[in-house]
Amino acid sequence: MASALEIRDLHVSVQGKPILRGVNLTVRQGEVHALMGPNGTGKSTLANTLMGHPNFEVTHGQILFKGQDLVGLEPDERSRLGLFLAFQYPVAIPGVSLANFLRAALNARRRAADPEDKGMPIPEFRKLLKQKMDVLQMPYEFAGRYLNEGFSGGEKKRAEILQLATLEPEIAVLDETDSGLDIDALRIVASGVNDLAGPELGVLVITHYQRILNYIKPRFVHVMLGGRVVESGGPELAEHLEEHGYDWIREKAGEAAAEA
Amino acid sequence: MRAWEAFERLPFPSTTDEAWRRTDLRPMPRHSFALGAASSPEVESALLRPLAGEAHGALLCLTPGLEPRREGGKDLARRDVIFTDWASAVRDHAPQLERALGQAVADDEDSFTALAAALAVDGVVVYVPAGVHVAQPLHSVFWAPGADRAFFSRVLVVVEDGASVTFVHETASPSEPGGHALHAGIVELVLGAGAHLTFVELQTWGDHVWNVTHERAIIGRDGRLDWIFGAVGSRLTKTFSELNLAGQGAEGRMSGFYFAGGTQHLDHDTQQNHLAPHTTSDLLFKGALVGRGRSVWQGMIYVAPGAQKADGYQANRNLMLSPHARADSIPGLEILADDVRCTHGATVGQLEEEPIYYLMSRGLPRPEAERLVVDGFFAPIMDRIPFDGVRARFGRMVDDKLTASELRG
Ligand SMILES: Nc1ncnc2c1ncn2[C@@H]1O[C@H](COP(=O)(O)OP(=O)(O)O)[C@@H](O)[C@H]1O
Ligand SMILES: [Mg+2]
Repeated sequence: MASALEIRDLHVSVQGKPILRGVNLTVRQGEVHALMGPNGTGKSTLANTLMGHPNFEVTHGQILFKGQDLVGLEPDERSRLGLFLAFQYPVAIPGVSLANFLRAALNARRRAADPEDKGMPIPEFRKLLKQKMDVLQMPYEFAGRYLNEGFSGGEKKRAEILQLATLEPEIAVLDETDSGLDIDALRIVASGVNDLAGPELGVLVITHYQRILNYIKPRFVHVMLGGRVVESGGPELAEHLEEHGYDWIREKAGEAAAEA
Repeated sequence: MRAWEAFERLPFPSTTDEAWRRTDLRPMPRHSFALGAASSPEVESALLRPLAGEAHGALLCLTPGLEPRREGGKDLARRDVIFTDWASAVRDHAPQLERALGQAVADDEDSFTALAAALAVDGVVVYVPAGVHVAQPLHSVFWAPGADRAFFSRVLVVVEDGASVTFVHETASPSEPGGHALHAGIVELVLGAGAHLTFVELQTWGDHVWNVTHERAIIGRDGRLDWIFGAVGSRLTKTFSELNLAGQGAEGRMSGFYFAGGTQHLDHDTQQNHLAPHTTSDLLFKGALVGRGRSVWQGMIYVAPGAQKADGYQANRNLMLSPHARADSIPGLEILADDVRCTHGATVGQLEEEPIYYLMSRGLPRPEAERLVVDGFFAPIMDRIPFDGVRARFGRMVDDKLTASELRG
């Protein structure tokens, strides 16, 4: 059975301030969803809450994945269950090379599955990494560079997708992966994601532009406003937003709130 | 016995001395130490592995009371390179020794140098004649196990004009729970014009050892010293390391890493003396602290009158991994020339949560994520150690310390 990430009536606060106010959303393996919305509506808050960032406090609701509630699990446990987040702002880790880090991450998964595991042999890892880097048209020297340190915006996003490709999650959340990419880089990254998309992977593409959706085609589009998903539909919803902006949704949501 | 007389004469350091203000030797049971042989434990095998590849360049292992043990290095003598223990050097190479000895560290600098000079029967001499490039790395290990003893050692490296060599010296012992021991050491590095030396010294004393060393380097015209320090062991360490850029165009890089855990106290005094024009010094010391570990780094860049175009840098970075640890970082500049560039920086920081979260989000459990960040913190220094094996060994020691601190909570 395909696994699903089910977000149920999720309320989240940061430092006591409510940001998410009842999010409902389900992403299944094999599906591509887009989550759109203007800046500051809580998209990254949702992404980081899914991943288990310690600053985000779930005050109500559930995040169900593979029959478990993720709320209360550590980020590493969520990752090893098959959840992945490509960060909007990946942090630099000085002194840790991309290759060493990725190998450690792969080995952590193997060890969690089998405590006796001795880790992936280095030649096998190198081969795997090169193959993934080829897909994303990344020069091999990149693997030796310190993680995100001195990376350009586009390089950071590519490195995030390289990690996605290597770790092979079941559900991936891409938070503004298109921002900071020029059109060529966007094409490469999008085709990397499309290569991975398939029955094994569910994707939630978070964006406030419709641009990336020309390359990664979602089947479902959701709109977030004020910490809630206020509208869901098919690809036509994204096109409508592109043409008409968010105001009509704000009005509609405002009316709905007034009625409630 | 000039040196012994000096010891009798000199006062024992106390915390009223500026250099010893933060490092207190009073708890050291100095009257209970006896001279003599080390106790029996065999040398840890990891210390004896070749530095690079499968074969030894040249290895010299010294244990107080035992004959020195050597491996490799057969072809050194053919090129008049000396790499030997102190006694053999005195017997076979007196003239070279006489000329160089005490040039850098005087016997009577303080009571510890006097002791070490008087009593050091264990020592290593490296001598590279002018123009000779020693390709294979030289490796010496001073292994001094046992409690209630005092050990003294001496290292002398002379690299004549235009010569070059890489030398790794390690001092080590297994811990003796509840015991005490003293090690006092002298290190002298003398580089001629255009000479190059890479000197790596690694200290992994057992946590019963009170360790005091005085080290001095003198670098001639256009000479270059790459000096790397690693301090992981001992109960207490006080090291004085002084770089003297004596000849025009001389260069020195000092790179240090230390990791104090438990109740360890690691204190490193550094001095970068620019004594001639166009000299360059670059110091980077990085340390991590767990448990109730404590570190002190006190550094001074001195530029002598007339040493124009001197370029001096010093930085000390500390990573606090426990709320009970403490790091003191005291940079200093004393500049008596007017056309120079000297800068310094010192920081004391904690592990940041964002990098840990990032690594955990890729499946690394928290302890592993923290280790990776700590390894990354040390990487700029580790990258300067030109031997995989040594790097890996120190990586494991860092791991062990982190594990020990996690277990203790
Ligand atoms: N760590 C934080 N501390 C305080 N406020 C935060 C934090 N993270 C997000 N917020 C606030 O939460 C709201 C939603 O932010 P975010 O989730 O980043 O929006 P989006 O990704 O949709 O642009 C904003 O008002 C933002 O200021
Ligand atoms: Mg955002």
